[in-house]
Amino acid sequence: MNAQAPVTAKPSGAQNAVRFVLPVIVFAAGLAAWELVVRIREIPPYVLPAPSVIFLTLIKDWAVLSQSLATTLLTTLEGFVAASIGGVALALLFNQSKWVEYSLFPYAVVLQVTPVIAIAPLLLIYLEQQTAVVVCAFIVAFFPVLSNTTLGLNSVDRNLAGLFQLYGASPPQTLRFLKLPAALPYILGGLRIAGGLSLIGAVVAEIAAGTAGAGSGLAYRIAESGYRLNIPRMFAALLLLSLAGIVIYGVLALISHLVLRRWHESALGKEN
Amino acid sequence: MSDAKTSPTVEASLTALAVSLRGVTKAYDNGVMALGPFDLAVRKGEFISLLGPSGCGKSTALRLIAGLSAASSGTVRMSRHEGPAQKIGHGIGFVFQEPTLMPWTSVRENVRLPLKLGGVPKAEGRARADAALASVGLADFADAFPRELSGGMKMRVSLARALVTDPDILLMDEPFAALDEITRFRLNNDLLALWRSLGKTVIFVTHSVFESVYLSQRVVVMTARPGRIQADIRIETLEPRGEEFRTSAAYSDYCRRVSAALAPSYSGQSML
Repeated sequence: MNAQAPVTAKPSGAQNAVRFVLPVIVFAAGLAAWELVVRIREIPPYVLPAPSVIFLTLIKDWAVLSQSLATTLLTTLEGFVAASIGGVALALLFNQSKWVEYSLFPYAVVLQVTPVIAIAPLLLIYLEQQTAVVVCAFIVAFFPVLSNTTLGLNSVDRNLAGLFQLYGASPPQTLRFLKLPAALPYILGGLRIAGGLSLIGAVVAEIAAGTAGAGSGLAYRIAESGYRLNIPRMFAALLLLSLAGIVIYGVLALISHLVLRRWHESALGKEN
Repeated sequence: MSDAKTSPTVEASLTALAVSLRGVTKAYDNGVMALGPFDLAVRKGEFISLLGPSGCGKSTALRLIAGLSAASSGTVRMSRHEGPAQKIGHGIGFVFQEPTLMPWTSVRENVRLPLKLGGVPKAEGRARADAALASVGLADFADAFPRELSGGMKMRVSLARALVTDPDILLMDEPFAALDEITRFRLNNDLLALWRSLGKTVIFVTHSVFESVYLSQRVVVMTARPGRIQADIRIETLEPRGEEFRTSAAYSDYCRRVSAALAPSYSGQSML
């Protein structure tokens, strides 16, 4: 506990700046050290490219890389949307009927615990390549949505449920006006995890797919550049993947904040 | 609920009664007897308190009356509403120990909920919700969210929601137990004023001797689990009651009598 905290009027502003500036300083220092080591030791780019070389490669190869980025993002988006709809729908189904839940839940767990990298080759045999990649993204991403939504639907306030019962609410009314709003923070939490996971699923499946094609994703670019010892391009593609992951997380976190800001504890300022 | 045969004379006397419980028991699934056998008759327009140690089944009795759970044996009877249309919530308003508000929507929407579930048109529902809010002194807070209100104000919203359907019977389950004393005194006075102006039957569950004597025309003292009636004490004083009653000799005399009736319920229990 900081004893001075209540005295200072605005600690949060300065603290936020520090929280933002510190990682940036660490990042810049790391890049500078990297650049220096590569230059002083004269390490060739096919062993370890300097950050400047990676940046130049990113610009030079932008046509190819942006194409791949679009492909991977589209796959991720398709997998994410499928996982969101599928996860929420399945959770609602489980919530309506214990029989369905008992029958199907073990299989949802099996899908979750089996490594997707091991399922991908099988899917690639039975499905078209593009479909298989989306299915992989779906498999990885849907479970957190399912389990979080289930948790949310089960966390409805007991007295509020009693109130709905007292006023003779129908099951659709209870779902729409009580269960779904009560579960919303949990659902959004699940979606936030699912966003990053669908990117991972898409990348894993692309690597497993491996074959060349016009619309090849970033993961394929990384594998291909590895075979060709084009290490700078590998790094550039990796950088794009990381940025994509950060952006996906940021967008989902922002949506979650905007939806919950008026009522949920997680979105409230610390002054409350 | 099992409907025991009632004699014609009992049937006739029921017309003046708002609520009648006969030989009611409640056992939980694990076999623990929570209540009874319990007999209670509440006249229309009466304000009665159920007073007892925690865990004596007073909340259970209230939930049975509200129809939120079913009695293991015995009969629970309510006076039928004499209007042509069935009342929303069967003419019952319920106030829980916690405010039990939906955090995701505005105060007005919280109060309108019973009407919305009962199919009242939106414009009419909003007008009635605003009127109910005005009756508890919160007309200016209709657009606020529950988290922006203090504990006492939340409880007032909860009361407004119970009143918005114009119920015949108001069931209150230790509604002010979590509030500070000053807020509680104010809400006690406001509740008495509302009761005098609206003429509702009120069944008020509390574990406070002072609150029960101050508010009610009858204090029903219950034994420890399984809850039975220990004493039924009528509080007679000049109406309307106000702060001068709270400081009168008659008041402390009643409190002494009620406390004495309550004492056996605590004998043999460790006072933690």
